[in-house]
Amino acid sequence: MKQIMVIAQKEVTDGTRNRWILIVTALMAGLALVLTLLGSAPTGATKISSLAVTIVSLSSLSIFFVPLIALLLSYDAVVAEEERGTLLLLLSYPVARWQVVAGKFCGHFILLSSSIILGFGIAGIVIVLSADQAVEEQAWAGFALLIGSSILLGAIFLALGLATSAFVHERGTAAGAAIGIWLLFVLIYDLGLIGLLASSAGQMLNDVMITGLLLANPTDVYRMLNLTGSAETAALSAMTGLTGSGSIPPVTLTALLCLWIVAPLTAACAMFERRRL
Amino acid sequence: MSAPYAITSHEVSKTYRSVNALDQVSMAVRSGECVALVGPNGAGKSTLFKLCLGLVPPSSGALGILGCDPQEARFSDVKRRLGFLPEQALFQGSLNAHETLRFFARLKGADETQNSGLLKRVQLSEAAERRVSTYSKGMRQRLGLAQALIGTPDLLLLDEPMSGLDPDARRNFFQIIDEEKARGAAIILSSHILTELEARTDRVAILSQGRLKAHGTIGELRKGLNLRPQIRLRADASQMRKLAKHFAGRFDQSVFMNGAAVLDCAPGAKLDLLRELMSDTLEFEGLDIIEPSLEQIFAAHTSGGGTR
Repeated sequence: MKQIMVIAQKEVTDGTRNRWILIVTALMAGLALVLTLLGSAPTGATKISSLAVTIVSLSSLSIFFVPLIALLLSYDAVVAEEERGTLLLLLSYPVARWQVVAGKFCGHFILLSSSIILGFGIAGIVIVLSADQAVEEQAWAGFALLIGSSILLGAIFLALGLATSAFVHERGTAAGAAIGIWLLFVLIYDLGLIGLLASSAGQMLNDVMITGLLLANPTDVYRMLNLTGSAETAALSAMTGLTGSGSIPPVTLTALLCLWIVAPLTAACAMFERRRL
Repeated sequence: MSAPYAITSHEVSKTYRSVNALDQVSMAVRSGECVALVGPNGAGKSTLFKLCLGLVPPSSGALGILGCDPQEARFSDVKRRLGFLPEQALFQGSLNAHETLRFFARLKGADETQNSGLLKRVQLSEAAERRVSTYSKGMRQRLGLAQALIGTPDLLLLDEPMSGLDPDARRNFFQIIDEEKARGAAIILSSHILTELEARTDRVAILSQGRLKAHGTIGELRKGLNLRPQIRLRADASQMRKLAKHFAGRFDQSVFMNGAAVLDCAPGAKLDLLRELMSDTLEFEGLDIIEPSLEQIFAAHTSGGGTR
């Protein structure tokens, strides 16, 4: 455990020194603030709190940004060390390969989650300060769920990035694979699913099968968790009728997200273990 | 030190698909001994280091590092007694030298209070607070050496440690090597700067195409090859003409064409030739005796003529 924390600490120091955390936090905060301020304007005539609007807007945007940032952070974690020649030195120390993967994951996780908490947190503070009336407790719970699930979503793509990095032997290949992963899970999968539903083959699919297909994509699980978490957000995001996912409890969706972290991380460890140096 | 031998290698081979990176290499390195590992690029030096570190398993043969097989689980503890400097000493550019050593000391479970002393030994104290990204190649190499010395290792594996070092830094490097040897550490270092290795290492191992072509002291390697010493004479034109006339029929006349003549000595004939040159009849401005260098020995072994 000590070796993992030593490596994680180095990653955090590196991420702080090269201003990675600063840039990403500023990006997150900027996005959250723009959405908060712009999203508040049309809510005056309705009964929906600005926080609920912010949750819907932020979660829709996070589906694109958080995986991208996570992949940018981790796609070359192993392969870049090998190309630089620092991997050989690291492994000459009493540290197991799986500990290297775990240490890098923990370091990147701390960096990413700090950026998400700080960035989204700033938006939360602005909402509290600018709200005419007290924000409902349920809305705060939804906001906390957004932050927590965004961290989990980021962790999934950190793990996918690490697995990619442990599998390929060139940094350029890792970058290409990372872009491919992002396109697949964030854009192509859903487009394909919509196409399938619209086609004649879609008539063969029942609700359970459609839900199953949605659960196979971590970004859809994230979307279901956030946008159907409350009646307010579900109504705003027009998600209630799509899946009937009200029957899937948030705990199950969270567990699925966790599984999506563990599986690629285990694969990353296994591939790195077999990697020829 | 518990084992008299820091490294024992018995017919160790390593094959990558169809390529023999190492072929039946047998050698041993004692504690307190410095062995130079020389060979052309691709000879198998880095593979041998990787095997010693347990990073790759041998295809066949038996390898012992500080009394332990590197493929055993307990080798992780043995790694605390190893120091390794890779061929390319690169570090996280955002960290400074102190932070770099602290990171590695923590991984090794070594005493971090020694880090300042290590930086002083490699003459990096003044640059210790600077980011490593601002270091020159030589400075990175010195930091790499400091890193290898963390935890006072019993075995030092140094891959091209003199690469990028200026003459002053090289002197300091060999001083550190002498100090490490004196305290009982075994050292195996690879280098292409053969002239400096000759005087500063106890034994030389020549690798070529994965095979150990020769292994022994410089003297032992010279004997095996029957290389001739040379006598180089510096003389002006008239002296050179007289020398050419004197040695006509015994040395090729083209040898005496320039301002310096190099005479190959037949085995056992060096002293006789020197006596002849010192006689009153011959004049010249200067004389040097050139013993077969490690470079010549290396060339003889790696050109295909060498034997184990």
